[in-house]
Amino acid sequence: MTRSEIRAAFEGGPALVSYVAAGDPSAEATKEYVEALVDGGTDVVELGLPFSEPVAEGTTIQNAIKRALEAGMTPDAYLDLVRELDVDVPVVCMTYYNLIYQYGSEPGPEEFVEAAAEAGISGFVVPDLPVNESEPMYEACREHGLDLVFIVAPTTTPERLESMLDRTTGFVYVQGRLGTTGARDEVSENTPEALERLQDADVPKAVGFGISSGDQAREVVASGADGVIVGSAYVDIIADGVENDLPIEAVADRLEALAAELKAGARKGLPEPERK
Amino acid sequence: MSEESKRTTGAQSETQAGKFGAYGGQYVPEVLMPAVEELADAYERYVLGNEDGFVDDFRQRIREFGGRPTPLSHAENLSGRYGFDVYLKREDLLHGGAHKLNNALGQVLLAKYMGKERIVAETGAGQHGTATAMACAYLDMPCEIYMGRTDVNRQRPNVFRMRIHDAEVNPVDVGSGTLKEAINETMRDWATNVEDTHYVIGSVVGPHPFPAMVRDFQSVISEEMRVQSEDQLGRLPEAVIACAGGGSNTMGAFAAFVGRADHRSAEQGSGGVATSARLPGAPEGTHEPAADVDLLAVEAGGSSLGVDKAEGYAPNSASLSTGTEGVLHGARTKLLQTEEGQIVESHSVSAGLDYAGVGPELAYLVDEGRVEPVNVDDDAALEAFHRLSREEGIIPALESSHAVAYLEGYEGDGPVVVNVSGRGDKDLDTVIEESAARDIAGAPTMEVFEE
Ligand SMILES: Cc1ncc(COP(=O)(O)O)c(C=O)c1O
Repeated sequence: MTRSEIRAAFEGGPALVSYVAAGDPSAEATKEYVEALVDGGTDVVELGLPFSEPVAEGTTIQNAIKRALEAGMTPDAYLDLVRELDVDVPVVCMTYYNLIYQYGSEPGPEEFVEAAAEAGISGFVVPDLPVNESEPMYEACREHGLDLVFIVAPTTTPERLESMLDRTTGFVYVQGRLGTTGARDEVSENTPEALERLQDADVPKAVGFGISSGDQAREVVASGADGVIVGSAYVDIIADGVENDLPIEAVADRLEALAAELKAGARKGLPEPERK
Repeated sequence: MSEESKRTTGAQSETQAGKFGAYGGQYVPEVLMPAVEELADAYERYVLGNEDGFVDDFRQRIREFGGRPTPLSHAENLSGRYGFDVYLKREDLLHGGAHKLNNALGQVLLAKYMGKERIVAETGAGQHGTATAMACAYLDMPCEIYMGRTDVNRQRPNVFRMRIHDAEVNPVDVGSGTLKEAINETMRDWATNVEDTHYVIGSVVGPHPFPAMVRDFQSVISEEMRVQSEDQLGRLPEAVIACAGGGSNTMGAFAAFVGRADHRSAEQGSGGVATSARLPGAPEGTHEPAADVDLLAVEAGGSSLGVDKAEGYAPNSASLSTGTEGVLHGARTKLLQTEEGQIVESHSVSAGLDYAGVGPELAYLVDEGRVEPVNVDDDAALEAFHRLSREEGIIPALESSHAVAYLEGYEGDGPVVVNVSGRGDKDLDTVIEESAARDIAGAPTMEVFEE
């Protein structure tokens, strides 16, 4: 397998992984937003491909997905959007299994993985595809040199953790709390514990679910994370832009500013001598 | 954790139980996987293994609290109308007024045995929510129910019943506000509170072990049907007819006729099939395959069988007849979806059938040719509602009315058994309104009351 681009993105210090839903509120806006997030210091883009039944998402991202679907986002439009992105960081496709499974002429993950690789996707996060059901997807990703990122939850048992780590490339997605995505005011107290369990795993660990500020990013990195994953906090900004009819550039500026705050916060979480 | 369940854990478990051919499985967020595995383990031990006398306890409670066995009634007037013998399996007479109690009582009791402290459930028609609220009151468990806003509005009596049993009812405003959205929301609650909460799913859908477990709790229906048929008809019926939304009354009515593959063999290879285990304590001879009994699953044809893929809307809920294979709510099964894999909004005049998916075992049995999927439309269901009410003195649920309606086109010689999965009191508002709006044959005029 080729060297993981995603893994490489974690090498320059604590990484910022930024999520937005593709097509929220339009494909054009998403392009600008992603570029702004990268300008703000994003190291990995997690681009959501909207599915009608997003069971792992909280209200914020559910609404974003709804806006994107209403604006006509489809798997093909998503791949076009990825092709047109002018960023030099890896892009991870975050979606639900049914869309991957249905794509192309034959049911199964192969065709979408191939098309995604061709469009420039570096890996996948599929929240409703636990490791038990991941064999065909894992094989397809391996064949096309893509990473399959697994989510480690607070409830994950040691046996399950082991089998996930066997298949994880890129990074491990550490779910910081029970429940669904959504910005929270505080970092879950379980985060240090969750990271400790992964101490010996030879793969970068990024914490997500609830992070929304530079301070929280600092705290998470100080607990030993190699990166932070942020979604709902950006989507709140996008939703505000939709509600108040703000121009794309105004929203993009705010996204860039938040990304910069998060990235700076994450850096502050490193012990003094390691900061650059 | 037992040795048994260890084998179903981790990366070697592509061959795990819970696959019905290619259908089934466990497609849920990781945060739920340990709960699903714990439940699979509890299912093996308590339900299949009768550990601590769980099944004996269940059987006694479903008799004493639930009122089982329910009768198999000869429908004399319908038999005269059709020229063959029609029998009705009377799940409308089960406590609460629908088959849903079999499963709700089984699962809430199992949650107790597992040491869970809180119950969540979704409901479409409100029957499952009512049954769950009832079982929770009876077994002293706190309970929260999610229900789509559309369904709250069309099933008000059941909303009140849930509240009267002290359950919280949370309306869900997303999407079309029906069962699909209620399931999504309940999964989110479960993911947040998974450590002490059990999700009582309302049909043979969801991740393993739900489809198998719910079927087993519901299999008391066909277990009784077989014994009663032998006693009252002196033979097995020519056909069993049941409506299919998610498919729990369907699988309950079919299970004892399908026969049983040893579910354990399913763990040995991906070709294994976890069909129809038998609930401990079933009478001898029930659950033996009965290949000459036709099994007809009646889906909601709605107003038309088409799917408007551009609009993302199906004016029906006929996923067995018209759906395609995909992954939703924890399982691979037949779904109403666009070519791209977006799930479409379904429709039925009956809230309990209004769902874009169906149980994976039914999907499998249809592919195998063991179950025949058929459908009737909204109008036919409404007509059947009035027919059964007028001619037999039984007000059927709108869901069950679909099964009754299929008799109009049935071409065999009988005898047939129709599963009357529930009673229709909850549906009166809808039926009166829809019958007037559509000019349904045989509908009484209600105007006299409106002066
Ligand atoms: C009386 C009745 N029958 C049938 C159904 C459909 O569910 P299933 O297909 O799981 O039996 C419902 C659902 O609420 C119901 O209330």
